[in-house]
This record gives sequence, C-alpha cells and structure tokens, in this order.
Amino acid sequence: MNRTKGDEEEYWNSSKFKAFTFDDEDDELSQLKESKRAVNSLRDFVDDDDDDDLERVSWSGEPVGSRTRPGSFQSLSDALSDTPAKTYAPELGRPKGEYRDYSNDWSPSDTVRRLRKGKVCSLERFRSLQDKLQLLEEAVSMHDGNVITAVLIFLKRTLCKEILFRELEVRQVALRHLIHFLKEIGDQKLLLDLFRFLDRTEELALSHYREHLNIQDPEKRKEFLKTCIGLPFSAEDSAHIQDHYTLLERQIIIEANDRHLELAGQTEIFRKHPRKASILNMPLVTTLFYSCFYHYTEAEGTFSSPINLKKTFKIPDKQYVLTALAARAKLRAWHDVDALFTTKNWLGYTKKRAPIGFHRVVEILHKNSAPVQILQEYVNLVEDVDTKLNLATKFKCHDVVIDTCRDLKDRQQLLAYRSKVDKGSAEEEKIDALLSSPQIRWKN
Amino acid sequence: MAFPHRPDAPELPDFSMLKRLARDQLIYLLEQLPGKKDLFIEADLMSPLDRIANVSILKQHEVDKLYKVENKPALSSNEHKLLACRAAFLFSVDLVNADKLAGRTRKYKVIFSPQKFYACEMVLEEEGIYGDVSCDEWAFSLLPLDVDLLSMELPEFFRDYFLEGDQRWINTVAQALHLLSTLYGSFPNCYGIGRCAKMSYELWRKLEEEEDGETKGRRPEIGHIFLLDRDVDFVTALCSQVVYEGLVDDTFRIKCGSVDFGPEVTSSDKSLKVLLNAEDKVFNEIRNEHFSNVFGFLSQKARNLQAQYDRRRGMDIKQMKNFVSQELKGLKQEHRLLSLHIGACESIMKKKTKQDFQELIKTEHALLEGFNIRESTSYIEEHIDRQVSPIESLRLMCLLSITENGEPKRPKMRIYGPDHLLTFSNLRRAGLLTEQAPGDTLTAVESKVSKLVTDKAAGKITDAFSSLAKRSNFRAISKKLNLIPRVDGEYDLKVPRDMAYVFSGAYVPLSCRIVEQVLERRSWQGLDEVVRLLNCSEFAFTDMTKDDKASSESLRLILVVFLGGCTFSEVSALRFLGREKGYRFIFLTTAVTNSARLMEAMSEVKA
Repeated sequence: MNRTKGDEEEYWNSSKFKAFTFDDEDDELSQLKESKRAVNSLRDFVDDDDDDDLERVSWSGEPVGSRTRPGSFQSLSDALSDTPAKTYAPELGRPKGEYRDYSNDWSPSDTVRRLRKGKVCSLERFRSLQDKLQLLEEAVSMHDGNVITAVLIFLKRTLCKEILFRELEVRQVALRHLIHFLKEIGDQKLLLDLFRFLDRTEELALSHYREHLNIQDPEKRKEFLKTCIGLPFSAEDSAHIQDHYTLLERQIIIEANDRHLELAGQTEIFRKHPRKASILNMPLVTTLFYSCFYHYTEAEGTFSSPINLKKTFKIPDKQYVLTALAARAKLRAWHDVDALFTTKNWLGYTKKRAPIGFHRVVEILHKNSAPVQILQEYVNLVEDVDTKLNLATKFKCHDVVIDTCRDLKDRQQLLAYRSKVDKGSAEEEKIDALLSSPQIRWKN
Repeated sequence: MAFPHRPDAPELPDFSMLKRLARDQLIYLLEQLPGKKDLFIEADLMSPLDRIANVSILKQHEVDKLYKVENKPALSSNEHKLLACRAAFLFSVDLVNADKLAGRTRKYKVIFSPQKFYACEMVLEEEGIYGDVSCDEWAFSLLPLDVDLLSMELPEFFRDYFLEGDQRWINTVAQALHLLSTLYGSFPNCYGIGRCAKMSYELWRKLEEEEDGETKGRRPEIGHIFLLDRDVDFVTALCSQVVYEGLVDDTFRIKCGSVDFGPEVTSSDKSLKVLLNAEDKVFNEIRNEHFSNVFGFLSQKARNLQAQYDRRRGMDIKQMKNFVSQELKGLKQEHRLLSLHIGACESIMKKKTKQDFQELIKTEHALLEGFNIRESTSYIEEHIDRQVSPIESLRLMCLLSITENGEPKRPKMRIYGPDHLLTFSNLRRAGLLTEQAPGDTLTAVESKVSKLVTDKAAGKITDAFSSLAKRSNFRAISKKLNLIPRVDGEYDLKVPRDMAYVFSGAYVPLSCRIVEQVLERRSWQGLDEVVRLLNCSEFAFTDMTKDDKASSESLRLILVVFLGGCTFSEVSALRFLGREKGYRFIFLTTAVTNSARLMEAMSEVKA
C-alpha cells in the first residue's frame, strides 16, 4: 500500500509473473498480494481487461457462499452435495468467493472481521505503527481473543519489543492476551522482558520461580531455587522461597542417606516399614511426618531429626504435635504418644497437656486404630463433659461413659447406656452395681 | 415427593437436534479423508465424543484405530491420520514430527474443536509442519447433557478468561448462541451481568446482524436469555453441595453427564459407568432433593418395589405370564437403579462422616451468615494443620476471604508445599482470594500507568485493575438481596420454601437470586445498588425486542447462560424456582463445575 509506483515497476521488471495457482503450496499471502498488485499494475499497460477473466486465470475455487458457515445448520447430505474441493489443506484450496473480494484496501475493521470468521487475511500491509495500533484496537473492540492474539502475533513479529511493550502498557486487554500467549508457547525470555519493562517485579519473580517446575533433577532444581532467593518477591513470599530452597537441600541429604540405609537392610525401621516414595519435593509437613516416622529419636544436631526441622522452619507447636502424634500413632508407639503430652512443672509433678485439644488427639488415635485402653486414657482428658461423653460413646470406652454418668449423677443416661453394652459383660455388672448403690444421690 | 411441574409449565424444546448436528459434522469431516484412517483424540474430547458417536459409527466411516492422545507418539500403520484436539496442538506436532523423522509420509488432518486458533497455526508453521497437515474445525460446541442442560464442555474457559484474561472463547460462546437462535428462534428478552457476558452478547449481536434474515420470521421458542459471569458469584460455587446431584458430583465427579461408580457403590467387584439424567427414573426423582430426604425416599421406593414383586404370589398362570412379560422388566430395571443409588448414598454417608461433614457445613453456614468469624477462622486453620485435604482447605480460605472481604490472616502456605505459592498468586489474581487492602489500593505501577493513559483508554484501565482492587462486598449484597432467610424454628427441607433449600435453608444462591429478581422486574430497575456492589455497573444490561410472535408459553422458558461454569446446586435451585413460578429453565454452561474444580483450575502444579 505504501509502495510507490517506482517500486512496483521495479518489482514488475525483476520478477517473472506467472499464473498463480493455489495448488501450489506457497500460499504466502504477501505473494498473493504482490501478484494481485502486479496484475493490477498490468492494467495500466494492457487494454481494459475483464476482472473475471483475470480471476479465471489466476485462481480456481468455489462460487461465493459455498463455504459452510460456522454455526449454521448443515445436514450431512447438504454438506456432501456442495462439498468444496477441500481435500488437502483447506486454506490452500480456498473458495473463489474469498478471493473475489480480496483487496488491498480492507480497513482494519474489515480485516478484523475476516479474521474472526477464520478466513485467511494478510496483515502485512499494516506497516505504519498507526495502522498496526488501529488494527489492534479494532480487534480488542471485537472482543474475540483469537483475533486479538492473531494481531499480537503479527505485532510481535513486526515491532521491536520496546515499542510493542510501550504500546501494550496502555492497552491492558491486549497486554493480558500477549502475556497468556507467551506463557502458552513458553517464550519465557520475552515474558520476563515484558514484566521487567512493565516494572511488575513480583510477577517477574514469580514467573522466573515458576520455571523450577520444569526441572526434574533435584540438584539442578536446588541450584535454580538458589537463584530465586534474591528476587523481588513480597516479604512473605521471600521467606517461602528461602524455605523452599532449604527444604529441598535437606531433602536431598535425607534422601541419599535413607536410600543407603534402606538398601543396606541393617536398620529395623526401614526393614519393617519400607519407604513408599522418595521424600524429594514433598511439602514441609510431609517431610516432618517422614522424619517423625523414621528419625524420631535422633538428636537435634542431625538434619533429619524432627526437632531440627521444627526449629529450622519455625513450625508452630500445634502443627508439630499433630504431625508427630499421627506418625507415632501409626507406628503404635504409645509410649512416645504419652511423652508428647506429658509436661513436668518445676516441682516435678507431671501433667498432661495438648495444644490441639484432647478431642482431636482421640480422633487421631482412633483413626490409627489405637486400643481401647489407650483411647480411654485420652478420652478422660477431654475437658468438656458433653464432648467427652460423646467421644466415649462413639469409641466404646465403656468405663469412661459409666464413670461420667456416675459423676453427673445421671441415672437415666446410665440406664439407657446399659442397653448398649453386651449382656453379662463386666460393664453391665458395673452399671448394675452403680444403679443399685445406695450411696449415690441420682439427680433423676 | 419429587415436585411435579405445574400443569401450565411450558414444554422444553428438543435439543437432541444438537447431537445430530454434531454427529453429522463429524461424519462429514471423517469422509473428507476417504479410506482407512486412524483417529487420535485428545483426552479432553473423549467423553464429549462418546456422547455423540459410538465406535460403530466411527468404524462405519472407516476409522480403523482410535487413540487417546498422550504425550508420546503412537505407532500406527495407516496412511491417514486424524487428530481431534482443542488447543493442545503440541501433541500433534510431536506426532507428525516423529513420523517425519522416521521417514514416513502420511496424510494428516488436524481437527480443532470447537474452533481453530491462530496461535495453533502459528505453532504448526514454526514447527515446520504447516504444509504437512490440513486443518479443519469441528464446530461442536453444544452438548445436551440432559433435557434442560446444555454444556459447552469447556472447563478451560474458567481459567483462560477469569485468570488469564484471554477472550478466546467469547467467539465460541457467541457462535453457540447464534446456533441456538438459528434453531430455536431469536430471544425476545435478553439480560446479562458481567464483563464477559456483555462482550459475548455484543459479539453475538454482531453475528446476528451480519447474517441477518436467518432467524427472522422464526417464532421464538425461548422467551428469555440471561447471561451471567461466574465471578459475579464465586460464593455459591465454593459451598459444599447438599442436594443429591451436587453431592454425587462433589463425591464421585460427574463427567459429561455420566459417573463412574466404584465397587464400594455397586457392591460387586467392578465399577460401573452410569448415565445420570432425566431418563433414569429413580435419579430424576431425587436429583434435586436435599440429601437428608433421599434416604427416606429410597427406602419407601424399595418397599413399594417389594410390594409389587410380592403381588406375584397368588397369581394364576395367566396373570403370572402377564406380569413376567409386561412388568417384570420394568421392575428389574427399577430395582437395579434403586440399588445403585442406595449404594451411592451409603458411600457418600461413609465418606462424609469421616470428614466431619457436619462441622464443615456448620462453618460454611457461619461464614455465609457472618457470625462467629473467629471460630470459623480457627476451624479453617485447624483444617489446614490437620492436612485433611489441601483443596478443601483452599476452598474454605477462599470462602472466608470473599465473605469477609479480605484475608484476615495470611494462610499457611508451607502446608501445601512451596509450589502453592503460585496457586495463591493465581487465586488472588482471579479474585478468589481478596486481600484486605488499605484505603489507597493503587500501587505504584497502577498510578504510573494511569498517568500514561489517554482519556480514551481510561475506561479500559480502570476495568483492567478492577479485579485487583475489587472488593467482594458479599455481606452488603447478602443483606440487600436477603440471601440468608430468616427462619423461625426448623427449616423444613422436605417442603422447601425457597431456593435456600439447596444449602439446607441457610443461604439462597446469589446467582439464582439475581436471575429471579431480574426476571420479576424484567429489567435491572431497582437493583442499581446491588449491581454497584457487584462491581458490575458497566456490565449489567437488558435488551428487549418487541416481538408479537412470542407465545405466552415461550415467555415462560428461560435460558440461563453461565460463563465460567455452573454447579448442580444452582441448577436445582432454579429448577425449584421454575416449579414455583410456572417457568422452565434451560441451562447453558461452559462446563459443569464445583468448588474442587474451581480450585484445581487455579493450580500451577498439574497432577
């Protein structure tokens, strides 16, 4: 469009014009356009030529409107009767109708409309920045993301990135499309450049960090994470990135050590409970569980000891107790469970305390099929009487139920519970003894 | 028990035509490559294809082998290859290049469904196989999952639009609406809310104008259309579902209208794929029921069935013959369905008891109503600590954040593994987690940008940042729209009074309430404040065409379009509203969704 007449003549003189057929695979639109231009310029030299004639020579195709319009109903038989010759690459054997109106003078809005319909359409003629931007704005106002992206692909190819970025900065809808496009095709470099240009430091950092997902080798991943540590994350995220690095570093050490131990077959815990999976890349809590399971008694100085993990990653008490409890209960190490909740005061008296509430302790123990004696002990420690009674009933801790009813002087409830215990059992006897005891002043 | 429709309720249009249409188009595409061919199908398209064409149809059209596209090249001997895919065009690239390397030349056709993207073509070109393959489109964008439910089967819509801001599916939506208006007449009354709804509507209108005349003169079968963006109401989609169909979806995942019941349900050693729709008589009666009613209903049904079987005692030979030839088959069928759904209920009960479902629901209700926030917060924290389920915890955090307008306490990310840093960032960008921002929400970048902006683009900029500065205002909206019903005494779930029954009487789904209110007014009039609180002042629209041809029956048919997905709870709630008012609702959704799907869509770590 911006070519001067001189240009055109030069083109004409320097290239051999031949009839353009679409059976050829070189469907470069620029070529098409240039051919057309050549044909048009021919007119200046030759006598009046009929448009139709030229088209007959130049391209073959179907009559206007034969293309199946997307969205409109066309039954199979209809479709077969007027099948265009779309045997190989339908874009190449396009119906004539599309070319009849092929023109150099499509406005941006016409061009965008054609793009939306999925028709082939050259964008090459939009060479000035103003034209390009107008095209983009038309695409955005059409709302079709596919077209917006098509225009962006063109702009990305024909503008230097600084200009492209600068213009997109004030066109947020288009900008979002470009960002998504770059993510999808995996053009990480340009994406990072873009974020840098936009001063979106946090997105830049996150985007860089995201790459670690593609790194399988643990050592390499660790090294990569190291490069993320200084990046401009938010304060809280920064701490997590640091933790992520430290955690993976630990996991690599633990993994190497434990795999060795397991293979050697000398360590009882690994023989009895072979590891189901590697600990690499697991979340912190899973790592803590693992360490409570396999390395519970280790001294604080070793990397794999639970206490060391707790300190390094500032794991809150509650979290720690929950995890340790689950791990030790799974191993049925009731003694460890007991120790977990035992505190000594300065006079040496011991007391049971649980930061998570004993009702939760009971549930976790039950889930790990703890025996009734153990359950009973912890049910008894539940403070709220109703909760205690409920749990005791649910988990069949008969003694607790019976004693609680007695303490509540609730004769009715005890009577009701009698029907739930086995006939002739010790529990039934105990209930009967209580019910007939003259010493209790029942409230009902 | 299942509520019957009012006698004057309108008949639903026949949507099976859409299936025929999709099938015909597929066959047409298959016939374009004559002779034997292999068909490679992307995993996402498997189930939808299943609902359209069976293997024998494919065989009839000379599909020799069928492959599910995985990330490795499959070996096949046929000369022709057909690939059906969405945007995952990279698969096909690998496939073709592997053949090329091995020196095999074949004909390839890539079929994009529902449409081809320029970005895909670009990749084909860059990979140097542009000329080696031909591309086509299978414009299959509407799958009738049930008599009143159409799905576009585009689960990716949610992430693409609401997270990435990519508008690539808007044209697909507009095309789908255009197809519907071509087949079933134009819609005299249009309403919508949300940015995407507005854009889809505008593009659709443009299509109609361009192809003027096609829909003219057709008597409209559907009187109203209502378009709604998912981000107008995240809260409803984040809640645990308690109507049967929703619960089945939450528990077993309904995929493309069918569900895989495992051995724990079928009480045999094999799994069973079951279609769940109106044709399943037992399911049809319980699908919209609150779960607490379902057991009673099923056992009543079982007793009736027993009684019918028992009738055969004391029959003479002729009666027996009749019974066997006429009734037995039906009874057996019912028996089979009944035992299946009883099995499903048992399995649901078992799973839910394990998860302290009661406590969970209590917390959700407290969040919706806005009381005991501290207690709910500590419940959620404990939920995280206990590592019950990361997805569940995320969901609760989002619910807390949106209902309370901010993250009261920063979530404990360490529990999720460090990769979830990216997930949280996504949740915030999509507006599923809102941060409690101080008054001046504009960041340095934003103000820098606003300085650069010309007047013309100013609107677009504010809009682009609206999601950043967006506040959910849930509490105020809830008050305005009366979403929390005041109940004296127990809410009788057996005899629901309002749409709140789908959440045990605790909450009327916001999305459904909006639809109800607008339909009542036939406009947004009087809802300005609500619209403003929803941050949708520019995106709420009404468009009425005077159409004398619209019958009174058609005016009681309403098509509700959910952009970004709808849940079965919403479907049930609107079905209920329809029964109350003598309407019938038809649902068009980009995909059926639920809270877990929303959360998974935000994850960066692909399972």
